[in-house]
Amino acid sequence: MNSTGPTLLLRDVSKRFGSVVALRDGQLTLEPGSIHALVGENGAGKSTLVKIIAGVIQRDSGVFELEGAPVNFKTTAESKASGIAVIYQEPTLFPDLSVTENVFMGRQPVGRFGRIDRAGMRSQVVELLDRLGVSIDPDRPAQGLSIADQQIIEIAKAISLDAKAVLMDEPTAALSGVEVDRLFAVARGLRDEGRALAFISHRFDEVFALCDTITVMRDGSYISTQPIAQTSVPQIVRLMVGRDVKELFPKVEAPIGQTRLEVKSLSSPGVFDSIDFEVKAGEIVALSGLVGAGRSEVARAIFGVDPYTTGQVLVDGQPLPPGSPTAAIKAGLALVPEDRRLQGLVMDQSIASNVTDVIRRRLTRASVITRRRENIAAGTWAEALEIKCAALDSAAGTLSGGNQQKLVLAKWLASQPKILIIDEPTRGIDVGTKSEVHRRMSELAGQGIAILMISSELPEVLGMADRVLVMREGRLTAQFSRAEATADAVMFASTHALKEVA
Amino acid sequence: MNSFGPRLAKLMRSRETSILLAFVAVVAVTTAVNPTFLFSPDGWRNLLANPSILIVLAVGEAFVIITKSVDLSVGSIMGLTAFLVGSVYIAWPTMPPVLAFVVGVAFGCALGFVNGGLVAVAKVPGMVITLGTLYAFRGVNIMWAGSRRINASELSPDFLAIGNAQILRLPLITIMAVLVLLGAAWYLRNMRSGREFYAIGSAPAAAELYGLPTRRRMLAAFMVSGAMAGLAGVLFAARYGTVASNAGSNYELQAIGAAVIGGVAIVGGSGTVIGAAFGALLLTTINSALPVLGIQSFWQRAVVGVLIIGAIVLDRVLAQRQKRRLVAERMTP
Repeated sequence: MNSTGPTLLLRDVSKRFGSVVALRDGQLTLEPGSIHALVGENGAGKSTLVKIIAGVIQRDSGVFELEGAPVNFKTTAESKASGIAVIYQEPTLFPDLSVTENVFMGRQPVGRFGRIDRAGMRSQVVELLDRLGVSIDPDRPAQGLSIADQQIIEIAKAISLDAKAVLMDEPTAALSGVEVDRLFAVARGLRDEGRALAFISHRFDEVFALCDTITVMRDGSYISTQPIAQTSVPQIVRLMVGRDVKELFPKVEAPIGQTRLEVKSLSSPGVFDSIDFEVKAGEIVALSGLVGAGRSEVARAIFGVDPYTTGQVLVDGQPLPPGSPTAAIKAGLALVPEDRRLQGLVMDQSIASNVTDVIRRRLTRASVITRRRENIAAGTWAEALEIKCAALDSAAGTLSGGNQQKLVLAKWLASQPKILIIDEPTRGIDVGTKSEVHRRMSELAGQGIAILMISSELPEVLGMADRVLVMREGRLTAQFSRAEATADAVMFASTHALKEVA
Repeated sequence: MNSFGPRLAKLMRSRETSILLAFVAVVAVTTAVNPTFLFSPDGWRNLLANPSILIVLAVGEAFVIITKSVDLSVGSIMGLTAFLVGSVYIAWPTMPPVLAFVVGVAFGCALGFVNGGLVAVAKVPGMVITLGTLYAFRGVNIMWAGSRRINASELSPDFLAIGNAQILRLPLITIMAVLVLLGAAWYLRNMRSGREFYAIGSAPAAAELYGLPTRRRMLAAFMVSGAMAGLAGVLFAARYGTVASNAGSNYELQAIGAAVIGGVAIVGGSGTVIGAAFGALLLTTINSALPVLGIQSFWQRAVVGVLIIGAIVLDRVLAQRQKRRLVAERMTP
């Protein structure tokens, strides 16, 4: 092993997807025998950087060197062959195959005629699992394993690969305390063997316990790298959040009316637990927290897309039947989903028919809908939201990301909702359009609509919300008024389970 | 290490075992009604020889289904290959039979390459592509053959002998089918590339992230399926001697049915070619047993339908039960 230079070096790496810049100048240097933390808000470009290193996507420009030699990975197979192991946020196992096969797929030990040496493979896996201190039957299929077990198998894969560099993208997000300790012991073992590790996490206590160096990213850019001993949590949070956030958001104070949406001890085992909150007319309530905390799931349950086992949703004091989006729409609810490509729009259909999707029944006469009526209805909303398009009958897929977001908004506003649930309203859109979407939301609140906004972007949460609810691992952990909410406090509540809602 | 007890229990629970038991039951009942079903030289031979063609097709189909796709064109490939082999014999009556096999398998493989190429490059689901080629290949066959049919008298006697030859009272084509089956089973179980078919079918997105050569395997699965359909075409010509433009029609559905009955899950990632072959054996045997039992031809199709639906429902129930069991296993350490 080359002990003088870094194992992995990236500098000025950029990547754009269409008009969206995911990574502006990514920078990361992994030294052998070191555990390096990579932190930043959601959307800061960490995962993009990891995907470039793994060969899932290719960089547009910049320097990428492995042990001093420039590399260009076109596929994940190439990066793996060069000794880079990546553990993704979501484990990537083959459910039908045995644990043993999952560890060795594609590089099973072979004997004569290329025949897989099953006994040898099995004993190696038994040894690996022993070393990791877990008792998982190596012959059972991967199906039905808990997320923690699946992570362990991913780590076993990385170890068996004899990787020079191991990158872990939020490996602890779904793990319990004991499991985290075990993972850390393994990570330290790998470090002491002289491997380079990168650890992406939002949990600062873990970052400070495990890592020796820390790199902060923000908005697709590299911010700083420093030894962990010379920094502190408040300093890192400041670097992550960065700018002075309040002025960017044109939040207008709106008179707050009576309670519109009331959620009472909503639970779905393993997803979220006893969720209680209310949203009043004219109020914007932000549901904050980390990705995977269960925020979108709560929204989907309220809207009736997903089931829940106990609890109740009340609209204007009337209970909403569970599991029925139709009833929710009728009661005046609207949900703007996070993934608008998949759940929000029909990409191949015209802009006009996308807008009128929800209100189609109202537009029909004797069950017939005319293009004319559709265009008139859609035109009003497209104009109100200033959707930039060539014509109302061009396909929704031709719009830019920001305009797609506005289109989804138009679609739901056309249904004249009383309550708007909006999931990541500005994900993946540029700054200009962002503030426009924010202005619209503020206006809507002014018109007396109750808005529940799910957002992972702290500045957005702090700038827009009248009240901030924080979720962590399926529970509401904190509640702040607009005056109380600070970046540090919300970030702290998202990563620590200390302050319970009274 | 694995001890004998659990291994035996696993064997008894396997789909292959239950299909084989069903097969034995069908044969036993039918033979009880009409002893010539089994205990006559013809009965014995038909029982073994009839399923051979479908076994070969089902083995190829299993490769594709395991990779989470489906090949609807195997019947058309089989028919076109059978007609090609017949036509070559008309042009060159003394062609050695071995060459007929080479020509048939290579041609089928080439047609499979067309399917796989379109699926892998155009990224269109296999079901759509092969629905297209089902009609396209059949169309070529009809255009080429017209109302002409190839008769036994136009084929070489050496070639026709293969269709009826026996070694140790076992039909030669059955032996061929079994050898192909064992080869495929060994490959899928013991080779790295064989296991990758399962991985890709089990979780395509994970396979991609993992860096497995998904496109190459996809292409290979369709080429194997095509080659098997080509082989089935050659066997068809050798056994029946007459080939018209509609030869092999509807075989694709039987091949898929056989694979599904034999436990090759239609959602991909699980099942074995042995199971698919047993499915073919059971399906063919039921088809020939029902007339012997005096059941009307209308009901014969219904029985096959019930069998396929039953197999899929059984798969689903078993999969869910296993999932629950596996989850429960981890909950109580």
